[in-house]
Amino acid sequence: MNPVIEFKKVNKSFGKTEVLHDINLTIGKKEVVVVVGPSGSGKSTMLRCINGLEMITSGELIVNDICLPRQKRQIREIRKEVGMVFQLFYLFPHMTARENIAFGPKKVRGASKAEANDLAEDLLKKVGLSDRGDFYPSALSGGQQQRVAIARAMSVKPKIMLFDEPTSALDPELREEVLNVMTAVAREGITMVVVTHEMSFASKAGSRLLFMDEGRIAEDGDPEILLKSPSTERLKDFLQHVGY
Amino acid sequence: MGFEFKYIVESIPSLLAGAKLTWYITILGIVGGLALGTVAGLFRLAGTSAVGGESHGIFRIVSYVGQKFAVGYIELIRGTPIIVQAMFIYFALPMLIEVAFGVKGIRFNALTAAVITIILNAGAYMAEIVRGSVQSVNKGLVEAGMAMGISRLQLISSIIAPIAFKRAIPPLGNQFIISLKDTSLFIVIGVGELTRQGQEIMASNFRALEIWSAVAVCYLIMTSVLALSLKFIEKRMKTV
Repeated sequence: MNPVIEFKKVNKSFGKTEVLHDINLTIGKKEVVVVVGPSGSGKSTMLRCINGLEMITSGELIVNDICLPRQKRQIREIRKEVGMVFQLFYLFPHMTARENIAFGPKKVRGASKAEANDLAEDLLKKVGLSDRGDFYPSALSGGQQQRVAIARAMSVKPKIMLFDEPTSALDPELREEVLNVMTAVAREGITMVVVTHEMSFASKAGSRLLFMDEGRIAEDGDPEILLKSPSTERLKDFLQHVGY
Repeated sequence: MGFEFKYIVESIPSLLAGAKLTWYITILGIVGGLALGTVAGLFRLAGTSAVGGESHGIFRIVSYVGQKFAVGYIELIRGTPIIVQAMFIYFALPMLIEVAFGVKGIRFNALTAAVITIILNAGAYMAEIVRGSVQSVNKGLVEAGMAMGISRLQLISSIIAPIAFKRAIPPLGNQFIISLKDTSLFIVIGVGELTRQGQEIMASNFRALEIWSAVAVCYLIMTSVLALSLKFIEKRMKTV
């Protein structure tokens, strides 16, 4: 296995509150890692550490051969290879859908305007929104916004994609269209780390399931096996709560 | 002794000359103040999450020092009356330079002192407007930009500034109008702007009613031009 993300004894605290305890985790190329767990268990924080939106407090975190926190000055080099999709989309409101997607290639990869627009067009097609390129985010539904956000994150051809509860802010009907796009991304062979409550996505597209509890990785294994026969009471409880 | 228009007509050339000078000081003040206010406002936020978090190495020192300077400047200007600032720059600064550096005879003319004062004064208030509007940009949008791996400069210019600018327009318009009216205070250092022209005409013909009415109308026209142009800019901006 070729590791692209490696947590070594990682701790993270906000002030006196410790959010991640001694995380050890190796994620290899093309893995689709689904992270589940109750709120406050540290899933999002773990995800945000990967692209340095949060800096780890101790330990080592190696992403794409750059080691945090030692090489934190090279954080941009990590971010250029790691796309991120947020719960609340966060499309740039002053840019159209197409401009949102073309922004990264232009600014990060130095693509020309024409190249970037062509790429944006391709990606819009891929997420099923070819006819929405000229729309501002405020004129798009939540599901459409999130699909544009996925296209934006993919626009720079990242090696890793992070998803932070990408469907939590959406109606059940709109979730489906976003999950379909995510499943398609997973099939392309991009390394993915997905924080979600969608167990169906875990079993359908995930290659690995992590269950987090109180800042620790409590379970780590094959989604099919873990979901069918959860080995601990804690995971059983949790799965019951999310209605799986 | 009723309201006689002929006194207004007579005074038009002088009032226009005064209005021209008022306009000139105001435009320089707005442009200079906006530049200074943007720099001071951004330095005020240096190192905070609103502009992409802490920087490293030399930039960290620059932003630390810059922030202290920005805070000092803003508090100094906000905490003193503009008349005192104008008096200080016109009368006291040459003395200070002489005492501190032993250089004699450096003196600004009244107009230069007025322009410097209005730029410094407007800049401090605009810095707070810039700070407020930058802080009002959703932190998630800033993070979405950061997560793409763009530089801090790109983050500020391509994402934060366009969003913040639209929100800053109403309070900036307010400040533009305040600055325009503040130029009337430069009467105390003898700049021949609109209020001073009015005062001089009044002193020669004692037609207070006609002259001050005319002066007030001149200010109203100028402030309306400012307000309307800002409204126009705000309408032209993309939806945010």
